[in-house]
Amino acid sequence: YAADVKVLPSHLSGFILSVSVASGLPEYIKIVEVGPRDGLQNEKVIVPTDIKIELINQLSKTGLPAIEVTSFVSSKWVPQMADHKEVMRGIERHPGVQYPVLTPNLQGFHSAIAAGATEVSVFGAASESFSKMNINCSIEESIERFEEVTKSARNMNIPVRGYVSCALGCPYEGNIVPDKVAEVSKRLYSMGCYEISLGDTIGVGTPGSMKKMLEAVMKEIPLSALAVHCHDTYGQALANILTAVQMGVAVVDSSVAGLGGCPYAKGATGNVATEDVIYMLNGLGINTGVNLCAVMEAGNFICTALNKKTNSKVAQASFSTATIN
Amino acid sequence: MAARRLLPRWAGSLRPVSSGAAASGAYPKRVKVVEVGPRDGLQNEKNLVPTPVKINLINMLSETGLQVIEATSFVSPKWVPQMADHTEVLQGIKKSPGISYPVLTPNLRGFQAAVAAGAKEVSIFGAASELFTQKNINCSIEESLERFEEVMRAAKEASIPVRGYVSCVLGCPYEGKISAAKVAEVSKKMYSMGCYEISLGDTIGVGTPGSMREMLAVVMKEVPVGALAVHCHDTYGQALANILVALQMGVSVVDASVAGLGGCPYAQGASGNVATEDLVYMLNGLGIHTGVDLQKLMDTGTFICNALNRKTNSKVSQACCRL
Repeated sequence: YAADVKVLPSHLSGFILSVSVASGLPEYIKIVEVGPRDGLQNEKVIVPTDIKIELINQLSKTGLPAIEVTSFVSSKWVPQMADHKEVMRGIERHPGVQYPVLTPNLQGFHSAIAAGATEVSVFGAASESFSKMNINCSIEESIERFEEVTKSARNMNIPVRGYVSCALGCPYEGNIVPDKVAEVSKRLYSMGCYEISLGDTIGVGTPGSMKKMLEAVMKEIPLSALAVHCHDTYGQALANILTAVQMGVAVVDSSVAGLGGCPYAKGATGNVATEDVIYMLNGLGINTGVNLCAVMEAGNFICTALNKKTNSKVAQASFSTATIN
Repeated sequence: MAARRLLPRWAGSLRPVSSGAAASGAYPKRVKVVEVGPRDGLQNEKNLVPTPVKINLINMLSETGLQVIEATSFVSPKWVPQMADHTEVLQGIKKSPGISYPVLTPNLRGFQAAVAAGAKEVSIFGAASELFTQKNINCSIEESLERFEEVMRAAKEASIPVRGYVSCVLGCPYEGKISAAKVAEVSKKMYSMGCYEISLGDTIGVGTPGSMREMLAVVMKEVPVGALAVHCHDTYGQALANILVALQMGVSVVDASVAGLGGCPYAQGASGNVATEDLVYMLNGLGIHTGVDLQKLMDTGTFICNALNRKTNSKVSQACCRL
């Protein structure tokens, strides 16, 4: 179904660019859009290449500074990302926008570079069990693989972003100790990752556990190199992001329309919706450079293509209200 | 029929984590959760719920540890047909000792009917928006306060506590932006006339942590924070973040609705009340004591969603679904 895209209802427009920022909050927050990769990778329906390219092109016009494009993993493991080369080559590259891609190992890295990638990401985890189940090796072994990537990347002046999964809990191990998150983060940072994105992979975190975890990690990594990647599986994402932002974190990952379910809780949601994050940051007077309406349009486009309802509450409310008016 | 949902063992604490977090000084040690599902929730659901189901819902909620459960509304069934069975509900529920069952009373007549039916606590509903008041109850804010004075007088005589609600505190579907000063003015009037608590409602869920902080800072100059509650709608997904800010500012009473019952009458298909399960999950994670058993609460949510033939709006509940 296609909802008519409408402008935000008038009673919202007064709130979009709100008054002064409460003291202590960052003035600017970089939003890293992970919908085309993390989002689509976790959707049931496999999306045709041209739709992916159109989605990324639309997102490029919203003001988003970084859009995770695809993943150079074997299509045997992640069939949704099998068209990584075509997507990488097919998108329009807007100046000032980064287009990172996932590269799990050296082979993926070389493939990504050959296809024109200018930034890559590597994915570690704070849980041994998750590492084994996900990429079939220990944390230590995964770190060794990533070091190969960061060495090559350094030689070619390619920035590398590091992810740490299960930062607030693991589907196999349960509770994750903050010091473990700090340890893995430090390894990734020391090997040359310019930024570490801390992922609440199953969305179990709360402002309480987010604060504890960040306190531990901030002892090892400068604040400016930290990002949070919150899942909304338990409805806690915005509260967790707010907590991180109050502690000075200035990079937030999110997914247009909240694309991407949770592989560990059938039917549950996954990524937090970019629209809802921007709505909150706008209300706090924090600059993101992103046009909320444009993101909602891109969200509407991809939901229509996927034949699914948006997971963004802002989008749900905005389309509904506009329809009534 | 939904299967019973169980919190997976990795989901974090069913009970508050050790008190370290709350003891950091940033948050209250205890929060009173005011359950509005049976009234605010059911009033805004499309399907009418039979009286025995309402009674069972309230009885189940009474077993969860909740201390306050808004039972029904003594308004004319002409205006709110979903609450037509108010007398039967209030008389039919099992009233547990230590639990309060407030009911809405828009005017003196409603108050008298409520007391006759056994009510021991009532609520009155004001608004920070003139247009909203006109459209909702067909009079001005000033006129509505005069009606409430009558209720307050009678309540004082009968020793019945009165809770005051202020709607549209962070925005109005008709007026748009609402000034914090106006919210403070209406809150102060209701507090001064004798309401023991003022629940500040983000009626259309447009508020953000920014506007919540701004509004509370002004209201707290007129009403002591110990007498304030927040009633956040999740229509734009902001409820828990808004509640978090309110807690940081010292508010320790939060309204919520089991399973997130109650849509938004101003945005068709959009959600309304924040889900009690999701709120309790967050408070547990902060080490804040609520006395609420999250598993029993989820079971109650499953019950009412089955009865209403609808999916839950609680993400905690959805995540635990074993289907």
